[in-house]
Amino acid sequence: MDWSYILGHMNYWLFTVMMMTGLYIVIARGNLVKKIVGLNIFQTAVFMFYISIGKVSGGTVPIFPTDMEIDPEVTYSNPLPHVLILTAIVVGIATTSLALALVVRIHEEYDTIEEDDILEIETRIAREENRAHGGAMGGRA
Amino acid sequence: MIETGINIALFSMLVVTALVAVRLRHLFGVVMLAGAFSLLSALLLVTLDAADVAFTEAAVGAGISTVLMLGTLALTSRREKIPSHRPWLPLVVVLVTGAAIIYGTLDMPDFGAPDSPAQTGVAAEYIARSPHEIGIPNIVTAVLASYRGYDTLGEVGVVFTAGVGVLLLLGGLRARRRRGRPDGPDGEEG
Repeated sequence: MDWSYILGHMNYWLFTVMMMTGLYIVIARGNLVKKIVGLNIFQTAVFMFYISIGKVSGGTVPIFPTDMEIDPEVTYSNPLPHVLILTAIVVGIATTSLALALVVRIHEEYDTIEEDDILEIETRIAREENRAHGGAMGGRA
Repeated sequence: MIETGINIALFSMLVVTALVAVRLRHLFGVVMLAGAFSLLSALLLVTLDAADVAFTEAAVGAGISTVLMLGTLALTSRREKIPSHRPWLPLVVVLVTGAAIIYGTLDMPDFGAPDSPAQTGVAAEYIARSPHEIGIPNIVTAVLASYRGYDTLGEVGVVFTAGVGVLLLLGGLRARRRRGRPDGPDGEEG
């Protein structure tokens, strides 16, 4: 493992660190809005990772001169990851907005957006229902 | 050399932003940090030659998504509670996942290698053929709207579905709120 290998892979490792920070927020934090922020950080890190695969050293932005006089000497970076990630960004904001709408709806129903509190309320409701209907269902009341 | 310096500066700012977002309990600050993270990532995307993606990320990631999150905060709460469980299990999960991903990158070609599989595939064809087949300067636009037009059509379908979903979830919000208030105009409990 020499120096140029480390330099050539450093980007990938740093993107991984960012991805894992986002994943940690999603798993370890109980607040639903913060979970979505973590998901966004994770997602953005994946986008940058993907784009960095398309980078060609010495290349430039994949846009031709406006007069379309193309110089064959110029190398362009790979446009395909850019296209895919453009689509992914827009789909990402669509899913984020849906998730935020769900959070608003959950807050309306439970009056909290903390996972622990929601779990507590759910358990209480389940216990009450069990007490009310458990005997009739033939189970343990 | 300068590019490496810019890269290191941007990377360290991104990592610090993400780590502070983990620690911060004030949700307004967390949302603002998420916006800053998106803007910094847009800068990094410019250095990676992805101008179109950088524009979109700055507009959508830092703009629209921040506005949507602020709207959600206005409708819910501003502070995060301290979670009851210990963070050790998530930490282990994250470290194992990260180690697996890094192990996966060890076989990858060097950053910016011109002969990597990603560069030798269909991308060279797009660059060679789009000037006379499509005839517009921006290759990304040519691929997005013409070669992969169906992808974009599918994307429109996804956005439409998400819009319908949001409307269905939040549609009766104001009506339900008014009904839920005991001294509301209807006077009945929802």
